[in-house]
Amino acid sequence: MNLLYQSQRAMRAKREEAMRRGVIAVLDIGTFKIACLVLRFDETDITPGDGIGAMAGQAGFRVIGASTTRSRGVKFGEIDTVQETERAIRTAVQGAQKMAQTRVDHVIVALSGARPRSYGLDGEITLQTGSVEDGDIASVLAACDVPDIGHGREVLHAQPVNFSLDHRTGLSDPRGHVGSRLSVDMHLLTIEAGAIETLLHCVKRCDLDLAGLASAPYVSGISSLVEDEQELGAACIDMGGGSTSLSIFMKRHMIFADTVRMGGDHVTSDISHGLQIPMPHAERIKARFGGVMATGLDDREIIELQSETGDWHHDRRSVSRSELIGVMRPRIEEILEETRARLDAAGFDHLPSQRIVLTGGASLLPGLDGLASRILGNQVRLGRPLRVQGLPQSACGPAFSACVGLALFAAHPQDEWWDFETPADRYPARSVKRAVRWFRDNW
Amino acid sequence: MRPLIAHRGPVHARPVAEPARLHRDPAPSRLTYRVQRLWLTPLFRALLRVGLPSFAVIASLLWYATDEARVHALQDQVAEIRREIEDRPEFRINVLSIEGASPAVTEEVRATLALDLPISSFDIDLAALRNRVEALPPVASASVRNAGGGTLSVEITERVPALIWQSRTGTALIDAEGNFVADIAARPPTEPLPMIAGQDADLAVAEALALFEAARPLGERLRGLVRVGERRWDIVLRDGPRILLPAEAPRAALDRVLVLHDVQQILDRDLVRIDLRNPGQLTVQLTAPAMETLELQRAGLVPVGDERG
Ligand SMILES: Nc1ncnc2c1ncn2[C@@H]1O[C@H](COP(=O)(O)OP(=O)(O)O)[C@@H](O)[C@H]1O
Ligand SMILES: [Mg+2]
Repeated sequence: MNLLYQSQRAMRAKREEAMRRGVIAVLDIGTFKIACLVLRFDETDITPGDGIGAMAGQAGFRVIGASTTRSRGVKFGEIDTVQETERAIRTAVQGAQKMAQTRVDHVIVALSGARPRSYGLDGEITLQTGSVEDGDIASVLAACDVPDIGHGREVLHAQPVNFSLDHRTGLSDPRGHVGSRLSVDMHLLTIEAGAIETLLHCVKRCDLDLAGLASAPYVSGISSLVEDEQELGAACIDMGGGSTSLSIFMKRHMIFADTVRMGGDHVTSDISHGLQIPMPHAERIKARFGGVMATGLDDREIIELQSETGDWHHDRRSVSRSELIGVMRPRIEEILEETRARLDAAGFDHLPSQRIVLTGGASLLPGLDGLASRILGNQVRLGRPLRVQGLPQSACGPAFSACVGLALFAAHPQDEWWDFETPADRYPARSVKRAVRWFRDNW
Repeated sequence: MRPLIAHRGPVHARPVAEPARLHRDPAPSRLTYRVQRLWLTPLFRALLRVGLPSFAVIASLLWYATDEARVHALQDQVAEIRREIEDRPEFRINVLSIEGASPAVTEEVRATLALDLPISSFDIDLAALRNRVEALPPVASASVRNAGGGTLSVEITERVPALIWQSRTGTALIDAEGNFVADIAARPPTEPLPMIAGQDADLAVAEALALFEAARPLGERLRGLVRVGERRWDIVLRDGPRILLPAEAPRAALDRVLVLHDVQQILDRDLVRIDLRNPGQLTVQLTAPAMETLELQRAGLVPVGDERG
């Protein structure tokens, strides 16, 4: 845990350096596309945010470079073939740099896959002096009992979500309050360590410094949930190519994130299998004629199929749009049902608000919101990312919600556990605790 | 009944299978990626934009300068252009005008300057010319300037001869400061000048002039002053005794003699010298006949008061 603390701090230091230089790149590594934005910060308007730690605060920025390339070597939102992905990252970064006419050295990356797992943690301390001070916040964070996150996994986010003081709860900043017992709820998100290592390797091979890591569901939620959705509670479902990631927000904090390892590319491959056409053509047909709700009109709409087998009869077939929808729909239903299961597992139906926002490239399928409201509940809407300054028109669609969210995340980082100074006197206590736990686990 | 042989209709040309688009994604190679990043580095760009041209200029200059022949050619060319500018009529000097000097000195100055007219004014060093002119004995001071209109104007103040100095090496004219002006043969004085003689007499010219001034009552009788032992003067009269003045306060001693002359006509007596070298004591040397007469008088053979006999 200490190692993680240090590596996350190193990333924070790099991010601060990049902010000082004023230029940083954000990179969304998806299964379908890799998008890179170059951001320029104006140091002049850094407004203090509503957070508590050192990172809280919002910097004004504008997008000065944007580039997208087809993703290569990525599966289920994880890097699968390092060389291929590296080439794709180079393409994206080079394009964005060229548009920005500047060189970027620091990059913040979002990862959608790598099997995220959410944990809710809590910690409690008795206050020494009657009121809450900076050191007490660090102490209460350090007092959280870290669960066994499993072998080969790393903490990606560890955000204090809620502070309670005696009987009052829902404090976002308890400093200055008077009380005797301070407790904190923390959201811990872990992913597979291998994914981070591969990513680090790729980024390093592109001569870039990793200045931050974020989970794609988290940043998608930041950009596509509007303020009251974030405040009252909502789920963001980012339907990507190889994975569908979901995050639940509550009181402006992410409290849960997960990934379904299915996405638009599976629909495409279903079309390719079902209609026996090559993948690129299936992709084209899906984007042009695809849908999820068949109507009587669709029986009469005939779609020419093309393939290149050389068999004339095989290559000159046609299907009706209803048939195409018939091929696509089961997979989409499967994805949505799996998402529903994950949301239920997280206890989403116990939240006061049940709003769901669909985003990501695959959410562009016509009629998806109708199908989704049948499966997920009737408060479903389609979401697009927030408008940010300088973003080209081509990068405004829902497929870029993770990318835009990453830019917002870069400009307005949330305090995480490692942004608070761990009080020195806590180290021995924690190691004693760990020793006790080790003793209990092993004997 | 359907024919057993299927009617196939027109035979379609088998469509040429489109070449499978094996289009590789256009990823930049590591090298181009790095080069582009380097190119987008501001420092590198500045270096390229400023550093490279200046380096090229310096390198070509150095390459040019390493070849001796080319450098010489360049120097010659520069000299040629310079020459051309200097030789323009606006900068040429055609006339040398010398003012404030007698004809002889004028000639001498002209010869000393030895200017090969016409000459470019760039080739003339006015200060050096002035020094050269002022080094001439008859010239007290000179100013040399370019008067414009192609004239070089030299204005000369001549030394005024104040004394004639007879020495072992010859007779010369010297001015009031003792500077040599000219040989007396070369420039005979237009008016009579007092005469001094003796070694190093020219070093005490001021004193001599003062004595001449004091001896004005002697008029034509005064022949000159002789410097003795480089420290004191003798006054030599055309007829009369030689007056030996002391080194200290010679003028007072002379005045004393003149007073004596006014009262007792001492200078008209039969004396060879009047010696004033000892302060407070005047010694006279009689001529031989006067000595004889004195002895006869002492012996009572000649009556006193009839010395002239
Ligand atoms: N207009 C569209 N209609 C239907 N599906 C689309 C459309 N545009 C993109 N998609 C699908 O969206 C998926 C890509 O979504 P995206 O969010 O870009 O993925 P990722 O984040 O994994 O790169 C692909 O499966 C693609 O087929
Ligand atoms: Mg995505």
